[in-house]
Amino acid sequence: MREKAKILDKESINRAVMRIAHEILEKNKGTQDLCLIGIRNRGAFLAQRLADAIRKIDNAGVPVGALDITLYRDDLTLISTQPLVRKTEIDFDITDKNVVLVDDVLYTGRTIRAALDALIDFGRPRSIQLAVLIDRGHRELPIRADYAGKNIPTANNETVDVRLEEVDGRDEAVIVGKDE
Amino acid sequence: MNNTLVWTKKDLLGLEYLTKEEIELILSTADSFKEVSTREIKKVPALRGKTVVNLFYEPSTRTRVSFEVAAKRLSADVINIASETSSVKKGETLIDTGRNIQALKADIIVMRHNYSGAAVVLARNVDLSVVNAGDGWHEHPTQALLDIFTLKEKLGKISGLNVTIVGDIAHSRVARSNIWGLAKLGAHVTVCAPQVLIPPAIDELGVRVLHDIDAALKDADAVNVLRMQFERDEESAFPKQMEYFQNYGITQERLKKVKKNIVIMHPGPINRGIEMSSEVADGANSVILEQVTNGIAVRMAVLFLVAQARDNKSSQG
Amino acid sequence: MRDEGILIKHGRVIDPANKIDQVLDILVEDARISRVAKEIKVKADTVIEAKGKIVMPGLVDMHVHLREPGREDKETIETGTRASLKGGVTSLLAMPNTIPAIDSADNVKLIKEIIKKTAQVNVFISGAITKGRLGRELTDIARLKAEGVVAITDDGVSVDDETLFSEALKEAKVEDMLVVCHCEDKALSGKGVVNRGIVATRTGLRGISNESEFARVERDIRLAQKTGSRIHIAHVSCRESVEKIAQAKKEGIKVTAETCPHYFALSEECVLGYDTNFKMNPPLRSKDDVEAVKEGLKNGTIDAISSDHAPHTENEKDIEFDRAEFGVIGLQTELAVAISELVETKVLDWLTLAEKMSLNPAKILGINKGTLGEGQDADIIIIDPRKEWVVKKEGFLSRSKNSAFLGRSLKGVVTHTICSGNLCFTNGK
Repeated sequence: MREKAKILDKESINRAVMRIAHEILEKNKGTQDLCLIGIRNRGAFLAQRLADAIRKIDNAGVPVGALDITLYRDDLTLISTQPLVRKTEIDFDITDKNVVLVDDVLYTGRTIRAALDALIDFGRPRSIQLAVLIDRGHRELPIRADYAGKNIPTANNETVDVRLEEVDGRDEAVIVGKDE
Repeated sequence: MNNTLVWTKKDLLGLEYLTKEEIELILSTADSFKEVSTREIKKVPALRGKTVVNLFYEPSTRTRVSFEVAAKRLSADVINIASETSSVKKGETLIDTGRNIQALKADIIVMRHNYSGAAVVLARNVDLSVVNAGDGWHEHPTQALLDIFTLKEKLGKISGLNVTIVGDIAHSRVARSNIWGLAKLGAHVTVCAPQVLIPPAIDELGVRVLHDIDAALKDADAVNVLRMQFERDEESAFPKQMEYFQNYGITQERLKKVKKNIVIMHPGPINRGIEMSSEVADGANSVILEQVTNGIAVRMAVLFLVAQARDNKSSQG
Repeated sequence: MRDEGILIKHGRVIDPANKIDQVLDILVEDARISRVAKEIKVKADTVIEAKGKIVMPGLVDMHVHLREPGREDKETIETGTRASLKGGVTSLLAMPNTIPAIDSADNVKLIKEIIKKTAQVNVFISGAITKGRLGRELTDIARLKAEGVVAITDDGVSVDDETLFSEALKEAKVEDMLVVCHCEDKALSGKGVVNRGIVATRTGLRGISNESEFARVERDIRLAQKTGSRIHIAHVSCRESVEKIAQAKKEGIKVTAETCPHYFALSEECVLGYDTNFKMNPPLRSKDDVEAVKEGLKNGTIDAISSDHAPHTENEKDIEFDRAEFGVIGLQTELAVAISELVETKVLDWLTLAEKMSLNPAKILGINKGTLGEGQDADIIIIDPRKEWVVKKEGFLSRSKNSAFLGRSLKGVVTHTICSGNLCFTNGK
């Protein structure tokens, strides 16, 4: 594996988060009935950052939850290392809420499909919107992001790694190419 | 975050055969699964399309129901086979039964059997996953896992705890699984029973053997009280019920002399007034019903992990 | 018809009866050993070059269950004796727990008929002590003897009734008949299936104590002393039994003893995986008991090594440990296990090994076998002592495959078996 290019640094991640926060507020006309649910692992941290940004802008708190979608995946047997089942923590009712689902990278759309299934088991939201830090294309399902920090064209044999301070010790996003 | 540990075993046969890390992985996975049972819709699609067969050669309502609930909350299809209603009674061998279930394209057999080692023998002879739900006097791994899970939930850790197991150790698979699991996680285990109910050379497993219940409870952080099965009394030296309660029963009186927060567990079903008094069973220290709840999460974790290990193996092969 | 002469050249001849351990030639003529000497210069029809090999009297295995009549699905006299040839066993004592049991002159006649038709080696017959081996009524020992029975035993069970067993011993003394004792107090061993100890505790399997064996060894020795008859203790497995036999021998009591390869090669830990090929009676014991058995072999307390060859079908073995039959096959592995575990490890030298596996059992049974003396029956085996092989199911000529040594690498292969002067089996070069 080889890093090909850095596509976001700390600064640009912060700016993207701030911009998405503004867009969410604009679209939902404030924080009324709004909640954020991040997909584990890094989406959960991004959701928290978005909530912090929203508080800065609007001086209002929004509930934040974390969703583990391992049990809803349709590709369990295809992933080489076994995923750890992590905790889902949504300690508020999502029924009739406007839920913003948050993830780091949008790719085939399968993770989001699993997350939608999972969310619906928790209640009946009024709407579900999707916020991602990076949209790298190659969708396999009819899913699109309502908010994207950055659109980056990639090749299928590349991967996009988002690293966050909370887990990785630094903020950046890179494109990684597979060695020949 | 420990991402490197991968569960690779297709079966869960006993805690003797697991590493400390594997036991911890089951416990942490169970921790995540516990939340599922608190949802409005208590179901996730993780084992959708999988078939779990409960093969019970011994009657056991609670363990079977617990496994059935666990499997259903994972969206698996569940089939129950009890030995009284199956061809087992007609003399079919265990291995033939297993292969027939395999031919049905089932994925997991959860087996309760009256002979020690039956799960080990079955697992060796079939490709599908075998989860031991109790085999003879050998092991009952999911019971011990749920005991340990509950203990960890209550006391925050296992390592360094003093855990006393009281009752018929000699004929108890629950005792053996607990001894292995607790020892691997660093607890100090004491077993307490009259000599006739202590199996030979048990001290070689690193446990302390005491015959005096008050001494055994003295420093205990937790006590696991085993069910006394007077009905299968085959040893002439078996103590009588009243005598047992007097000498080994857990009572409020006895608890006055021990750690205030002592955790009291029992795998159920309880014989009130034999293993412990009703006040103790229903008292503040008792976690007996929490054990039942946790049993679901632990069994969900086990079913999920073995099913995945088997899928991973077959996709590689 | 018979081969006219076999000449075995340059082999290391091991003949404990004549205290020979040197490189010699052996000439076989007319079913007998006609000469044992250096560089025999004669023309023989068959010449076997045995340089680097061991030439030994054929094994005399005094504890073999051939299962015929009655359980031909497990073994027949033909298949069992073919296995014997491959394993180097040229004489054996067939156990009487067949169906029907060998408990009457008629049943002896029945088995003699089958032996005559199908046996590939010398099969000696043991009779039951009690009718149906039920421990209630003695058989007619004199008539059994008259039909050629060389020993009596209820092997598989002990005669619990002390008075009855005393009677049997007295009768046996009158007839000068050997009594082979299966020493087990059922009241103590009960439903046990493995050695009583840590392995029983770990596996949750019921234990069989050493006491259930040695208490009965003690009783049988006491009764032998009282009655003055000859007893032979079968399949000794534990330290206390070895000690009690040693003590009895010291006191001049007429007792001999055997053990089996699994009791000096394997210990109780083998059963941790519930492999029923490690289920036998008595059970595999602790490492300390294994040491005691080896010491007993070394110091002469244990006279003989026998296989306790006990064939069972896969249906009877491939099941839950508790339900599986007791016993393992051994005719084809006993020599290699003994070489690997006793000779290679210097517990026994070759002469002593030949004593334990040929000469002593022949002496105990009172049969004229187990020697390479001139004029004796030509039952001879040639062994490649360095050749290693892995025990596999496919290699067994026995009808059953329940070996405790499957998958094991062993040293020592029988390359030639000469039985009654005929070269009956050859293997390899």
